[in-house]
Amino acid sequence: MPTEYLQQIAETNSWVAIGPELALGILALLLLALEVLLPKVAHGAIPRIAVIGQLAILASLLWGGMSDVGTGEAFGGMIRFDETGQIFRIFFLITSVFVSYLGMVSLDRKTLPQIEYFHILLVVTAALMLLAQANHFVMLFVALETATVGFYILVSYFRDTVVSLEAGLKYLIMGALSSAILLFGIVLLYGAGSNPALMGSSTDPMNFGNLTRFLSANPADTLGLLGMLFVLSGIAFKIGAFPFQIWVPDVYQGAPIPTTTLLAIGSKAAGFAMLMRLVDVFAPLGDWMYPLLSALAVLTIMFGNLAALTQRNLKRLMGLSGVSHAGFLMLGVIASRTVEWAGTAVMFYLFAYLLASIAVFAVMAHIDGASDSELSLDDLGNLAKRNGFLGLALAVGIGSLAGIPPLAGFIGKLLIFVATFQAEQYGLLGVAVVGVVVSIYYYFGVIKAAFFETWRFSEDEEETAEPVPGSRLGFFGKLAIVAVVAGSIVIGFYQAPLSSMLAGG
Amino acid sequence: MNDFASLVQYSIAVPLVLAFITLWAKSWGRPAVQIVAVTGFAIPLILALFAWMLYNPAEPGGYAFVSDLDTGLSIIGISLHLGLNGVSLPLFVMAATVGLAAGLYAAQSKAENLHRYLFCLLVMHAGLMGVFASIDIFFFYFFHELALIPTFIMVGIWGGRDRNYAAMKMTIYLTLGAMLSLVGLIAIYVKSGAGSFDLITLKAHLAQAPLAESIQNYAFGLLLFGFGILVSLWPFHTWAPLGYGAAPSSAAMLHAGVLKKFGLYGLIQVAVPLLPNGVSLWEGWIVWLALGNVLIVGFIAVAQKDLKQLIGYSSVMHMGYAFLGIAAMSVLGLGGVVIMMVAHGLTVALLFMLSTMVHHRTQTFEMGEMGGLAKKAPVLAAFFVCAMMASIGLPGPGLANFWGELSIFMAVYEFKNWLIFAIVAGIVISAIYGLRAIAGVFFGKESDEFVESQKEVSVVDMSWSERVPALILILLLFFIGFFPKTITESLNDSLELEPVYVKGDSE
Repeated sequence: MPTEYLQQIAETNSWVAIGPELALGILALLLLALEVLLPKVAHGAIPRIAVIGQLAILASLLWGGMSDVGTGEAFGGMIRFDETGQIFRIFFLITSVFVSYLGMVSLDRKTLPQIEYFHILLVVTAALMLLAQANHFVMLFVALETATVGFYILVSYFRDTVVSLEAGLKYLIMGALSSAILLFGIVLLYGAGSNPALMGSSTDPMNFGNLTRFLSANPADTLGLLGMLFVLSGIAFKIGAFPFQIWVPDVYQGAPIPTTTLLAIGSKAAGFAMLMRLVDVFAPLGDWMYPLLSALAVLTIMFGNLAALTQRNLKRLMGLSGVSHAGFLMLGVIASRTVEWAGTAVMFYLFAYLLASIAVFAVMAHIDGASDSELSLDDLGNLAKRNGFLGLALAVGIGSLAGIPPLAGFIGKLLIFVATFQAEQYGLLGVAVVGVVVSIYYYFGVIKAAFFETWRFSEDEEETAEPVPGSRLGFFGKLAIVAVVAGSIVIGFYQAPLSSMLAGG
Repeated sequence: MNDFASLVQYSIAVPLVLAFITLWAKSWGRPAVQIVAVTGFAIPLILALFAWMLYNPAEPGGYAFVSDLDTGLSIIGISLHLGLNGVSLPLFVMAATVGLAAGLYAAQSKAENLHRYLFCLLVMHAGLMGVFASIDIFFFYFFHELALIPTFIMVGIWGGRDRNYAAMKMTIYLTLGAMLSLVGLIAIYVKSGAGSFDLITLKAHLAQAPLAESIQNYAFGLLLFGFGILVSLWPFHTWAPLGYGAAPSSAAMLHAGVLKKFGLYGLIQVAVPLLPNGVSLWEGWIVWLALGNVLIVGFIAVAQKDLKQLIGYSSVMHMGYAFLGIAAMSVLGLGGVVIMMVAHGLTVALLFMLSTMVHHRTQTFEMGEMGGLAKKAPVLAAFFVCAMMASIGLPGPGLANFWGELSIFMAVYEFKNWLIFAIVAGIVISAIYGLRAIAGVFFGKESDEFVESQKEVSVVDMSWSERVPALILILLLFFIGFFPKTITESLNDSLELEPVYVKGDSE
């Protein structure tokens, strides 16, 4: 590596700009230090410190804004600050706050070390935030691997249960494979882009700007096309798009609920953060890329919805429904080729998905089933009667995922549909409509299990004290659930707060 | 913002707010819940009646009580634009009336978790008031869905026989219909290039630059079948009798009476004016499918043994007349459809309510297991005969239904005169099942099963708490029957603003 390059990086360092990520890292280290320093009895306070710290960082992001930093590239082009990246930062932080809360609920039931979970969670979140701002393949890969390695641990965190370990192994193998594919694609792009015989080549072709210049000069370069194909495959793994969705149900089922939540929301959104940036980078290859993405989107929507139809395990159901949501989001990305505001639609959809998924996962975390990987529709029986509050939260969450008005999920789907229509992708829209109608069946199944089936076996069987779901709902638990439920409802009626944030950055 | 625009705003907001207070009121006891809920139904009716009296648009037939609120979707040209014109006003008043009747009836029902039931019903009512008051076609759709979702929940939780199956079937059918019509509305928005979901803007824009015929063709097709499924157009009607059979009576009253009119209203107010060539392109489809409604469903209705199913099928059958009236494309025909929608909404709500009252006395919906009820409950019999006669359209000018059907028949005769034979056959069919139902339930000898059930439950006549909601419905029915001019004048003005309907008249 030439020294002047390192020098250039050093000159453009702007540590303030990645302040939130640094703060998260410091907070993560602080948690470990506190575990050593504090007496055992006070350890319960450490997760709370984690949450408070994250909320403070979130507040500084929301109100401190990026005005003092401005937009532009830093660290020698490694990182680019823009509004989309800023919104993704907020998105990941909100996710990790709720995941921390779910972590407190789930880990309390286990006799496992707790602090490390929050430590890794914070590191993963910081990596995801950096990932959304990467402007260079090296940065992208390092951030992605930091997050993925963290996920390996988080997935198999319940090391006393076999399913969790099995899920961890599966995720490790599949994740390593996808990282290898991604890396292979990056190398191909690097090789093609640094070939001095070709026009537009540069010494640093892994920088997104340089790569775009190279690709637009050589739009039919075979290595470039292969590289794009492999890179997109690696990303398809992250978002759980067909044909890289195979790991989703198994890993979702085995992972602890907070990890599943982070996978379902954070990992998927990270995939879309990369995808949205890379479709710009690969724009010169659009004639190859968009048909490919369209085909993947169709298969993703159909696979997710059809596979979820007969699913009774709640976590697998959420995983497969998440696959179909990835398909809907891909429609927005495809539409963004011609429709300027389609990126906003994708962000809106992601936020609606965040609120709804958290509601559903939070309800799952509070139901005392056999074990959290075996939670099935039967465990929801009569939930509405046993705990009306959780029943309502589940209904709102599932309704919003299904895209039922007047909830936020519906507005998200509407925006995606309008964008798809404006992009004149009628075939894709048709598939999406069929997907929505099919999905009603299994979402309705969840509602039916929680609300309609009043008939139970309990008449003959002994009246064992049925565990009251939500008995561990404290004040903050209620507050968290009320926040996401109210968010889903309010944004369904009055979208101004979210849409102005997305528009204003 | 126009004068009195708040009349319309509050008629949507009040039921919605009181719905949540109903949940709250549970801790104050059952009477509190009932009072709060009934207030939530009564206030919209009072406001709607005021709006009816004060309706005085800037131009004849234009929108009054207009208000506009940006909810944050201006990026794709959506804002909460409310107002009423001559077409929506009668339906708005009808919705409020049926709502109060259904609310009064629901408040005294013995439903488990009454506060939640009334919550669902109030949310549904807010949606219904919003549907007819929306000028923005997105919110028009949005409010429809707001009303639809509680219906599924009410069928699933408080429904009768087969409620799970019925709720699932309704949900899937109606979601499909709603999605098709949503895509149709998006198509209009994108293809018009007006950059707005606002009906007035769209109309003005499309009057200058109408859409190409091919676009009109598929957009109208989407709306026709989307709305058609929601209105139970044959052969997509099978959800309706099943759903109404299973639905608790107040939900059935609001859905069959009011919400189902959404699709027809959408065709009249949105689809046909914005896509003027659509009807002529799809005319054949509309006519034949509508005949399926009138004749095939008519015969199915004759074969019914279950009273509630019979009313469900008869309501599906009458939708056929409405589609024929729309196909005729004239001010007369469309005006007839609107009057019929109002009259039919009131009538079918009344019939569903009365059939539930019959059920309370006979413990069954099987008509073969009733008989001779008129002796025990003469007032109930009188109401039922009156409602059934209105539904058939028989008793001359006394009831609103007559005016609606008469105008439709005249318009259809001008449109395609051979259709009149099918329509007359339809009237005969409805007379057969209607009169048979009256005879079977109220007259003749008491069946053995009925005698048996009276040993357990003694039959009493309608109490005043049952009479009041029925009277509310029947009074409006008579009022419009005797003074149709109170709604037809502004209705004519509004329809004459649409060049496409006027053209149909001159031919």
